[in-house]
Amino acid sequence: MSGIKDKAYNLYRWFDRRLGLAKPITEAAEHPIPASSASWWYVFGSAATVILVLQVMTGILLALVYTPTARDAWNSLNFLNHGLTLGWFLRAMHGWGSDFMIAIVLIHMSQVFMFGAYKYPRELTWIIGVFLLLMTLGMAFTGQVLRFDQDAYWGLGIGASIMGRVPIIGGWLVHLVLGGPDIGATTVSRFFALHVFVIPGILIGLVGLHVWMVLRLGINEWPMPGRLVRKSTYVREYEAQIHKDGVPFVPDAAWKDATFAAAIMLAIIACALIFGPIGPTGPPDPTIIQTAPKPDVPFLWIFALFALLPPKLETPLILIAPVVAILVMLALPLYAGEGEKHWSRRPIAVLMLMVVAVSIGIFTRLGATAPWSPDMNGWSADPVQPQYLKGRTPLERQGALVFQNMQCRNCHALGGLGGQRGPDLDGVATRMTESQLIRQVLQGSGNMPAYGNSLSPSQTTALVKFLSTMKGYQPQAQNDANRLLAHGVSPPRDKSQDTAK
Amino acid sequence: MENPLEKVLPEALKQPSQHTRRKFLFKVALLVNGAVGAVLAVPVLGYVLGPVFRKQNGENFWVPTGNLQQFPPGQTRLAQFRDPNGTPADGQTRNLPCWVRNIDGKRFQVFAINCAHMDCPVHWFPQSKLFLCPCHGGVYYQDGSVAAGPPPRGLYEYRYKIVGDQLMIWAGELPTLSTAARLRRPGNSPCLG
Repeated sequence: MSGIKDKAYNLYRWFDRRLGLAKPITEAAEHPIPASSASWWYVFGSAATVILVLQVMTGILLALVYTPTARDAWNSLNFLNHGLTLGWFLRAMHGWGSDFMIAIVLIHMSQVFMFGAYKYPRELTWIIGVFLLLMTLGMAFTGQVLRFDQDAYWGLGIGASIMGRVPIIGGWLVHLVLGGPDIGATTVSRFFALHVFVIPGILIGLVGLHVWMVLRLGINEWPMPGRLVRKSTYVREYEAQIHKDGVPFVPDAAWKDATFAAAIMLAIIACALIFGPIGPTGPPDPTIIQTAPKPDVPFLWIFALFALLPPKLETPLILIAPVVAILVMLALPLYAGEGEKHWSRRPIAVLMLMVVAVSIGIFTRLGATAPWSPDMNGWSADPVQPQYLKGRTPLERQGALVFQNMQCRNCHALGGLGGQRGPDLDGVATRMTESQLIRQVLQGSGNMPAYGNSLSPSQTTALVKFLSTMKGYQPQAQNDANRLLAHGVSPPRDKSQDTAK
Repeated sequence: MENPLEKVLPEALKQPSQHTRRKFLFKVALLVNGAVGAVLAVPVLGYVLGPVFRKQNGENFWVPTGNLQQFPPGQTRLAQFRDPNGTPADGQTRNLPCWVRNIDGKRFQVFAINCAHMDCPVHWFPQSKLFLCPCHGGVYYQDGSVAAGPPPRGLYEYRYKIVGDQLMIWAGELPTLSTAARLRRPGNSPCLG
């Protein structure tokens, strides 16, 4: 037994004599960190790195089969899903890994921001982190294009139309992004090159620098209210603290990192098993226009902004706001590199983070439901419910037909069915008079088109008469005794009246 | 004044008093490498930026989009054409849709499928005579002008001509706010649009 041990040790010695890596690796693993930093709050960065490894591995495995051409990409995705043993599972892991990675990176960034960890001397670590966030989002967008389905095709159109809004060089940018004047084979292959070579190369290089700086500068200590960061004293204080109560990173903190990373991996596996691979949706055939393209979750909030911004503000805001936001993030540690780290003494920072997080959350939710999109099948799929026809005159019922046939339903709901682009019309007669309704229908305004050219006078009259009956929720009147008598049925007894007698 | 380079240069290069032939040769070698890099950058940049500067003038981008009988007067119909820039590797993306409006049997309007807002595919509803966009709710009248919603301009229009019984359009570029002008003015620079 001891003979095998000796042989193994000799083998290890043989390699380390030549590689010389054992000492620096051991030193890095055991480097002292403040005891307070061996915390569950400090596990997100390592978890993001572990997911990156997962993405690289699953990505390589997918690339064994995936065909990066406009002609074959969609078929190869379906082959992965249905024709290959466990191909669906690898696609699911890669897709859910991407969503988890973005979530973890954002949480990591929020934690670093809240704990003031970007302050001196870790400014550059934060700045590189901002680029890592951009690269991660770049991976998400290019990956979404490589899942070359209907959504990817029209998503490219959205990307191109944003590029097309750049003044002067917009046209060139469109051609540069698409790899030609139109979406096609060169578009897919260049997004493949970006997703597989360019961005991962930059990403891995920057992660190396990021981790190197964490080791070199030490892990941020747990912030204490009133303990200010000063460039003149910080390093000395940090080293004194480590000298006093420092613990080795491995194992004192690393066990938490490892446990959390394992939990995240289990969560990704669970999502992959339960929800399966993401897409592909319909084939990337531009002639199939029965589609309502939507971006993936990380970009839904931008999709929502496009719908909700006033059209005049759209182009300047879309082009300028991201640049400003990135510059602000990059400048943050240079502007606020000293001072208070603790969140209880940084109310504006806490408020900023909350506002940004809540805004992105709300816009993501809105993007998922997209109430501003017309329901393209509303006019033919959602019937006019009986209660809107009951007791109406023939002219008013004719108006209900006009209402359906003229696609009003695509934007206006009745009884909760139909599009939500325009207001619900259940109570429209309580808001507008008949003449106001006529004017609105014929001339339109704001977000409503004018129907003056497509409605005949008789259609307009019928429609407006129908809309004039929309007086909102009304409690049903007493039983229609006359009608029931006429049909030879005795009206049901009202029990409350019985007891009153 | 202290030279900031002093701190980063290797020890051997720091002292200017110790000029040696090797130091000089090393610097020359660096210069040569810089020059080689600059020369190499020209074809590399030319390749990467190729799609941007590709000449469109003089090429024939007239493509048939259907027989005239497919487009009855007074109606707007979905038609298809083949992307004149296409390659076999484009697959299905080479077939592109467009809306053809036959105004009165003689005059036509051929609209791009792409909404002027975010390039999503617009749908034609003949009953209400409107184009609706499923993405952000852009609406256009039958002549392509904006009826409601966020689009900053009317629908993009292709130039058309009738050859025999075929309706031909000048196509070959994804229309965006920057590239739309070329649809109407084949052969001209985009600045004229």
